[in-house]
Amino acid sequence: MMDLSLAGAFRFWQRNLLIFRKVFPYTLPENFLEPVLYLLALGLGLGAYLREIQGLPYVAFVAPGLAASAAMFGATFECTYNAYVQFYYHRSYDAIVTTPLSPEDVAVGEVLWGATRSVLYGTAFLVVVAAFGVVRSPWALALPAVFFTGGLVFSALALAFTAVTPSIDLFPYYFSLWVTPMFMFGGIFFPLDALPGWVQTAAWFTPLYHLVRCTRAFAFGTPLGALADLAWLAVVALALLPVPAVLLRRRLLQ
Amino acid sequence: MAVVKAQDLVKRFGAVLAVDHVSFEVREGECYGFLGPNGAGKTTTLRMVCCNARPTEGVLRVFGLDVRQHAREVKGQLGVVHQAVTLDDALTVRENLVVYGRYFGLSWAEARRRAEELLAFAELAGRAEDRISRLSGGMQRRLMVARALMANPRLLVLDEPTTGLDPQARHAVWDRLRQLKRAGVTQILTTHYMEEAEQLCDRVAIVDRGRIVAEGPPRALVERYVGREVVELQAAEDGALAGALAQTLASLAEGVEVAKDRLFLHTQDGEELVHRVRALRLPVEAVVLRRATLEDVFLRLTGRRLRE
Repeated sequence: MMDLSLAGAFRFWQRNLLIFRKVFPYTLPENFLEPVLYLLALGLGLGAYLREIQGLPYVAFVAPGLAASAAMFGATFECTYNAYVQFYYHRSYDAIVTTPLSPEDVAVGEVLWGATRSVLYGTAFLVVVAAFGVVRSPWALALPAVFFTGGLVFSALALAFTAVTPSIDLFPYYFSLWVTPMFMFGGIFFPLDALPGWVQTAAWFTPLYHLVRCTRAFAFGTPLGALADLAWLAVVALALLPVPAVLLRRRLLQ
Repeated sequence: MAVVKAQDLVKRFGAVLAVDHVSFEVREGECYGFLGPNGAGKTTTLRMVCCNARPTEGVLRVFGLDVRQHAREVKGQLGVVHQAVTLDDALTVRENLVVYGRYFGLSWAEARRRAEELLAFAELAGRAEDRISRLSGGMQRRLMVARALMANPRLLVLDEPTTGLDPQARHAVWDRLRQLKRAGVTQILTTHYMEEAEQLCDRVAIVDRGRIVAEGPPRALVERYVGREVVELQAAEDGALAGALAQTLASLAEGVEVAKDRLFLHTQDGEELVHRVRALRLPVEAVVLRRATLEDVFLRLTGRRLRE
């Protein structure tokens, strides 16, 4: 049985926003600075030795993908470590579910907040790299909505993991076995065409692959080519949203 | 109508029976306490009242509403003070109050106004801009109480409200709770301090191993099960007192309880009993006369001391 109030979820989202306004400087290194370092090291350093990829200078090829990864990391850190610490160490969720808010409100509010962080980090990164001439189309203005859709998927997956993990020590597995492979083989650094077919098939089942394709298409003004990817993200986001809600109810209510 | 009504309430966690067919009623305006050792089922009972644990069997109505079906309505009229500090450390004292009020549907303006009132009530007005980690344990607990009051609850639920506090901080919290009781706020609390139960509660339920073993006003319980006074004998040597001695003394007192190297004699007239015990010249190190407390009731009813 689901007991969800959107007003409740929104109030929880507002709480997270209020907290974020105070702590965001501490979140910048891992969520924002790291993609910038990748861009400088690979885009400019390695890129100097590469010919064009798909008709683009390497730095222009790699930048939108890194924006997508910033969106992924923003949502994923929020719904793994941040959520876990509040949940298990500060016991904030225990307190909140004795107010009219239900565990479902908390779960959905948290997922919406994770997606909001995707928008913030993905967009901020794009604004910075616009200086490299990689944003070439007004379609890029639609990218915050794209990041939000992708962020819902990353947040729901991460929060589902957080709701069932017996220990904070298991998060490295989530990152090493799921987030990092997506990051490496999601089409950010090289097209997947040259890899064996099964790698491309596997990539199709991961959200980052689709978000990278969307981001690149919108940044270069060819959004039609990425509509299927956007649809993939939207359908999966809707399908996954109830999962952390059900798991959190089970964890919070005895 | 009772604010809380439980009938044959049961909570099982797998094979463990945490709450075992408990029945009780909390009336409008009273302070009702659950007194018992850790693991007696006090917190689990409270969690069910807060709709955070589902009863396995039995009836539990809060404000006349079934907690299984009307969780949101029930929780909207509760103020809960948790055993652990569950404040948001990244937020200031004032923000903690305002954000909490928002969960109950207060507008930002209402929540801010109410927060100012409660900052004054908790004597935290001067600390409104501080982060939580800069407050003392006593201040944090006062803030927890203030936070629970944000939406003017009909029922205040307190799970060990003063555990871990020093005596001054404890009295400061007690003062607030008495003030609220005078204002007519119904309270239900758990504690393992008999002094707390005697200070705050109109009625207490003494719980042990998931069951209520006695219920009533604190003084009445003490009178009924123990009497007015207790003479406590401390053995000179370990284990020397029990057994035979208890039998000798049983005829002198109205009740005798043995706990390790101590004997507790229940009586209406303590001084007289002390004289008679001294005259026996027993191998005891100390003879102490004191007022009977709820702890004696607990020992009498369960054969164990409360704080062990």
